[in-house]
Amino acid sequence: MDQHSLLFQSMVYLAAAIVFVPLAKKMGLGAVLGYLIAGVIIGPSVAGLIGNGGEDIMHFAEFGVVMMLFLIGIELEPALLWRLRSSILGLGGLQVIVSAAAIAAISYWTGQPLKASLALGMILSLSSTAIVLQTLNEKGWMGTTAGQSAFSVLLFQDIAVIPMLAIFPLLAVSGIAVPGSHSTSLRDGLPGWGQTLVVLAAVCVIIIAGRYVVNPLMRVIARTRVRELFTATALLIVVAIAVLMNLVGLSSALGAFLGGVVLANSEYRHELESDIEPFKGLLLGLFFIAVGASIDFRLIMQQPWLIAGIVIALMIVKALILLGLGKIFRMSTDQNLLFALALSDIGEFAFVLLSFSTQSHILDEHTTAMLTAVVAISMALTPLIMLLYEKVLQPRYTRTAPGNERHADEINEKNPVIIAGFGRFGSMTGRFLRANGIACTILDLDSDRVDALHNLGIKVYYGDASRYDLLAAAGAKDAKMLIVATDNSDQTREIVNIAKRYFPHLQLLVRAQQIEDTFDLMDLGVLHIYRETVDTSLRMGADALTMLGIRAYHSHRAARTFLRQDEKSLKGLSALRDDKKEFLNIMKERVEEMEKLIASDKVKTWLDEGQGWDAASIRDEVRGEKEN
Amino acid sequence: MARILINFAHPALEKSRMQRELLAMVKGMQGITFNDLYERYPDLDIDVNREQELLEKHDVILMQHPFYWYSAPAIVKQWTDLVLEHGWAYGHQGKALEGKYFTNIISTGASESAYHETGIHRFTIRQFLTPFIQTAVLCNMEYISPYVIYGVHRMDISDIKEAAQEYRRVLEGLRDDKFEPSALLQVPNMNQILQLPSPTQ
Repeated sequence: MDQHSLLFQSMVYLAAAIVFVPLAKKMGLGAVLGYLIAGVIIGPSVAGLIGNGGEDIMHFAEFGVVMMLFLIGIELEPALLWRLRSSILGLGGLQVIVSAAAIAAISYWTGQPLKASLALGMILSLSSTAIVLQTLNEKGWMGTTAGQSAFSVLLFQDIAVIPMLAIFPLLAVSGIAVPGSHSTSLRDGLPGWGQTLVVLAAVCVIIIAGRYVVNPLMRVIARTRVRELFTATALLIVVAIAVLMNLVGLSSALGAFLGGVVLANSEYRHELESDIEPFKGLLLGLFFIAVGASIDFRLIMQQPWLIAGIVIALMIVKALILLGLGKIFRMSTDQNLLFALALSDIGEFAFVLLSFSTQSHILDEHTTAMLTAVVAISMALTPLIMLLYEKVLQPRYTRTAPGNERHADEINEKNPVIIAGFGRFGSMTGRFLRANGIACTILDLDSDRVDALHNLGIKVYYGDASRYDLLAAAGAKDAKMLIVATDNSDQTREIVNIAKRYFPHLQLLVRAQQIEDTFDLMDLGVLHIYRETVDTSLRMGADALTMLGIRAYHSHRAARTFLRQDEKSLKGLSALRDDKKEFLNIMKERVEEMEKLIASDKVKTWLDEGQGWDAASIRDEVRGEKEN
Repeated sequence: MARILINFAHPALEKSRMQRELLAMVKGMQGITFNDLYERYPDLDIDVNREQELLEKHDVILMQHPFYWYSAPAIVKQWTDLVLEHGWAYGHQGKALEGKYFTNIISTGASESAYHETGIHRFTIRQFLTPFIQTAVLCNMEYISPYVIYGVHRMDISDIKEAAQEYRRVLEGLRDDKFEPSALLQVPNMNQILQLPSPTQ
C-alpha cells in the first residue's frame, strides 16, 4: 500500500515526465506526445506503476484542463473576440454543427438510438484544445492563418460545451434515476427542465461572483502584501468554481472557463494568470500522462480493427468537413491542410461529456469504454499527424507547387532591390528606400501581413525567399541587391545560401538577431551584417551619456568608437569559433576582455581618437620652450 | 539693444580650458542667444530652416570657435555650406542677411607675434579669416573686427578667467549699444573696443 502513497505516485509521474518529455522533444515529437508516451509506459498496460489505469489520477489531472480553460478564459480579450467574430461564429459554428450532424447521422445509421446518436455527434465533434494549442504553440504556427482559424474553432467548441451540457439532461432517458454514488449532485431527482435551470443558475453565480466578489477580495489580499496569498487566492478561485460546478454536476472546466472570461477585465488579471500558469503546466502534463495511462489496451486488443476503424473513420470525416470549411473560408491549400489535420482529433472534453452521458444513461458503459479508447488514441495521434504534416506535407507545399496557390504570387516587377521579410525590421528599411525613390520587390511569408499590407496599398508578395524559383521570379537575376530581414535565423541562412549559390552578383545585406547568427553569417561570407538591436541600444547609450551632462558630440563619437571596437572583437571571436569546445572558454575570456575594454574606453576614446583637438601636448611643448 | 547670436563650435570642449571658461561666461547672458552647434548636431546633420530663422532674428552674428589649422572646426564649414543658401543669403534674391554684422570670436594657442609676416605662422589672423570676411560681404553683411584671444597655451587659470571677464564686458557693451557695431570696423581687433573712448566713460 505504501507504494501507492501520494509521494510515490508523485515521484513516478514527475520522473516519467522528466525522462520522456525531453526524449520526445529531442526526437522532434513535441511535449504532448512525450507526456502521452510517459503515461502509456507507467500505465497498467506496460509497467503498471500506477493503479486503475490512471483513472484516479485522471480526476486530479482534469484540474489541469480546468486551469487551462481558466487561463484561456482570462486571456480572452473582448477585442480579440470581436476581431475573430466571423471566424469564431462562422468557422467554429459551422464546424461544430456540421461535424455533430454528420457523426450523429453515421452513428444513427449504424444502429445507435437517436438520443445516443445526438450525444455522440456532439461529443465527437469537439477537438482537443489542450493538445492542438500546445502543439501549434510549440511549432510556432499560432500566428499562421491555420493557427488563428484553429484557435477560433477551438474557442467556439469550448464555449459550445456549455449549451451541450445544458442539453444533455434533456437527452437523458427519462425516468431512470441517476446512480446513488453521485447523490452529491444537486440536480439529482429533478426533471429535465429543472436540471437545465440549475445549470443556468450555477453559471449566473459564477458571473456575479466574478464581477462583484473577486475584485474586492483581491484588493484586500493585495493590501496584506504577502505574495503567496495571491497564489492561494488564485487557486481558491479556480477550486471554488470547480466545487460549485461539481455540486450541480457540471464540468468544472466549463465553470473555470466562464470564471476566466468574467475576470478577463479584472485589474488583477495578470496576477491571476502568472499565479495559475505553473500549476496549469504541471497539471496539464499530468492530464496527458493520465490520458496515456487510461488507454485500455485490453479492450483494444479484443477489437483492434473495430477501434482502429472508428478512429480512422472519425478523423477522416472530421478532416473532410474541416477541409471543406477551409475551402469556403478561402484558406490556401497548405494552411487548409494544417487546419483540417490539427482539428481532426477528438478533445479532452469528450472524456468529461462521456462520463456525464454514462451517468445520465444516454450511452451504455461498453460504448463509453470503447469511445474513451478511441478518443485517447486520436489525441495521441494528433502530435504525430502534425509531425507528419511538418515533415512531409508542408515541405511539399513550400518548396514546389509552382504558381499553384497564393504561394507563388505572380511577380511582375523587376526592381534593383529585393527585400525578404517585411516585419518590424524589413518594413523600416523598405519604407526608407521607398521614401528615397528606390523601388523594392518585397517578399514575406506571413500571409496575414501580406494581406494587411495589400489593403494599405503596399505591394508585398507572399512567398518563401529561400526558394530558388521565387527569388528568380522576384527578378534576382537583374536585381542589384538582396536585403534579408527575416526574423527566423534558419530561413535567413537558407536565403543567403541560395542567393550566394545562384545569384552571386547580388549584394547581400543581412539582418542578424543573436550573436550566434552573426557568426553563422560571417562563416557564410556575408560582408554586410546588421545586428538588429546594436544601433538602437548604442543610440540609447549615447543619449544617456548626453543627458548625464557629457557633450553630445563626444557621446556620438564614443558610441561610434564603441561599435567599431565591438565589431573588431566580434571578428576575432568568429575566427576562434570552429573549435566548439574551446569556444565557450574563449567567449568567457572575451567577455572579460570586453569589460576591461569598456572600462578603459573612458580614457582611451579621446586620447586615441580625438587627439587632433587636444592641445595638451602642444601646450606642454610651448611651455617647455619657454622654460629653456 | 542689439540682438546678438553666438554660433558656438567646439568638438571637444572638455579639452579646452579657454573655451570652457568663455562658454560659462556667456551662457545664459540676457539678450544673447547661445547656439551650441556640436551639441545640437552631433551627427553634423544641420537643421537649415532653424538656423536661418535664428539668423533672421538677430542683428549681430558671432561665430565663436577655437582656431584650428588657421580656420574653424568642421561643423562651421558644414553650417556655412548649408545655411547660407543662394537666393536666401546671397544672389539677386538673397537679401535675408542684409545689414547684419558678422565676425569671429577666436581663441588661439600661439601669441600675437606668431601671427605676423616674421612669425611662425607668417600671416595675420585677419588674413587667415579672409574666407569669413568675403562670405560676410557676399551675404550683404558687414564684417566687423574679430575678437581674438592670443597665447592661450601660455595662460594659467587666472589669466584665462581674466580673459573671459573681458570678453563678457565686450559682449555687454555690444548688447547694450555702448558702442556702435560700425565703430568696430575701424579697429583691427574687437578686443580694443574697450580701450576706445566710449560715451559711458
